[in-house]
Amino acid sequence: MELKDLTISQTQEGLKKKEFSAVELTEYYLDEIEKKDRDICAFLTVVKDLALSQAEETDEKIAEDQDLDILSGIPCAIKDNILVDGIKCTAGSKILEKYVAPYNATVVKKLKENGAVILGKTNLDEFAMGSSTENSAFFITKNPNDLNRVPGGSSGGSAAAVAGEMCSFALGSDTGGSIRQPASFCGVVGLKPTYGAVSRYGLMAFASSLDQIGPLTKTIEDCKKVFSVIRGKDKMDSTSIELKEGNSDFEIKNLKIGVPKEYSVKGMDPEVEKVVREAIKKYEGMGAKIEEITLPHTEYALACYYIIAPSEASANLARYDGIKYGYSDLQGKDLLDVYLQSRENGFGAEVRRRIMLGTYTLSSGYYDAYYLRAQKVRTLIKRDFEKAFQKVDVIFTPVSPTPAFKIGEKIEDPLAMYLSDIFTVSVNLAGLPAVSLPVGDASGLPVGLQIIGKPFEEDKILSIGEIFKK
Amino acid sequence: MISKEEVRHIAKLARLGLIDKEVEKFQKELSPVLDYIEKLKEADISGAEPTSHSVKVENITRGDKESDLRFDGDKLLNLSPAKKERHLKVKSVL
Repeated sequence: MELKDLTISQTQEGLKKKEFSAVELTEYYLDEIEKKDRDICAFLTVVKDLALSQAEETDEKIAEDQDLDILSGIPCAIKDNILVDGIKCTAGSKILEKYVAPYNATVVKKLKENGAVILGKTNLDEFAMGSSTENSAFFITKNPNDLNRVPGGSSGGSAAAVAGEMCSFALGSDTGGSIRQPASFCGVVGLKPTYGAVSRYGLMAFASSLDQIGPLTKTIEDCKKVFSVIRGKDKMDSTSIELKEGNSDFEIKNLKIGVPKEYSVKGMDPEVEKVVREAIKKYEGMGAKIEEITLPHTEYALACYYIIAPSEASANLARYDGIKYGYSDLQGKDLLDVYLQSRENGFGAEVRRRIMLGTYTLSSGYYDAYYLRAQKVRTLIKRDFEKAFQKVDVIFTPVSPTPAFKIGEKIEDPLAMYLSDIFTVSVNLAGLPAVSLPVGDASGLPVGLQIIGKPFEEDKILSIGEIFKK
Repeated sequence: MISKEEVRHIAKLARLGLIDKEVEKFQKELSPVLDYIEKLKEADISGAEPTSHSVKVENITRGDKESDLRFDGDKLLNLSPAKKERHLKVKSVL
């Protein structure tokens, strides 16, 4: 087997048996990036020296016969809205083009403590706003399955880095589908954990009531490993929660899978629908009980999301003012000019659109009609899931209505782009965990199945996903 | 359709500079999204309390004591585009 095909535990077996060293493994991936990334463009920054020095630490441990940590020697990539101390962190934006992170995000600290080797930072839609990675201020990432197509987004660089075999795993962030949709488009596993399961300290805030960090991996087994490292309460993020060790036990013959009738939408690609139906049938064949369920407020989810997320973003992005850090246009005559011009020239089109949208929905006279109403609809969406979970254990849906679309196809039409998140946003609004699992392909392009679980049942949905291949 | 005046007003509130040409562009791009989110007006929200966070979290407080978290202030100050000694430098407000 080649190095790129090894799971995390197989890689560590190889390291322990001295079939290859951690430095050799890291050099192998750095070479792959060098060879492939000119075409795929997944990485914004590659940190060769840092990676090699981390790999050396693992090799020293092996030489001294010490026990390995859970991710010792495993090369990974980090979405460029998550801080790695001393390394540039751009969020895919011109306004942070030269920003160097002054500290480690908690997830990065945990990866480092557990021996992971950070290869570099991956491309994203500017400030994670987008579904195709075309909104990066720097370049467009391509889908490794078809270079004319988008990798999805906003964690498109992370998904493409894993699918393109340029790292063992990657971290992404998911506000409305930004881990699951690119995982589906690229054919990798992507987990959006329960809100509060993973600390967001050191993640650039987009929509604080929705944002979560999660892993993108080659296999479910790897996903479990990475999640076990990054999860847990952190005093630096007061929304984080200490999880009990998850109960992942289930018997397939007792498993009740809900399939929402509202998730068969107009414009759904028939091949995607077929692949997802077949995956569901496969579980039925293994003995699970399939039940049609109803999530009646689904039709409002996208509108609800596109009020809440831009509203919170407009407040969160107020910090980029040209004063404290980042790009600053100092040509104007007074302080207001610095604000106006730094933000005009520093932010790209989609970010400015969303700031405008959020400012509008929060502005005087509109707050009740938009933001407050959206928060109430959010309650209804959350209740839909609570009711459904009284009847079923997990919910299966497609991740996105189509496979990866062509570069340029939707960039001029923001609303069409937003519609590719139609199956994923509800999960963020309700704060639930969900995984995107590759279950087949439509005309040669990967298709993901979304498995949604009850709060804090990540281990269970991952175990359910794990039996798909068996 | 959102008016040109509204676009200008919102941009000002958001502290986003706008050139005239962009006013029309934003008008065209924001209107269909604003029309789409109108959909929420159809929803029956009677009896629904607003949800701000999906997981119930309580305010977390700490004692009024010096924190054990140490941060290198200069490291943060050095990220600023304009500074004087240990202060951020800004242009005149008025």
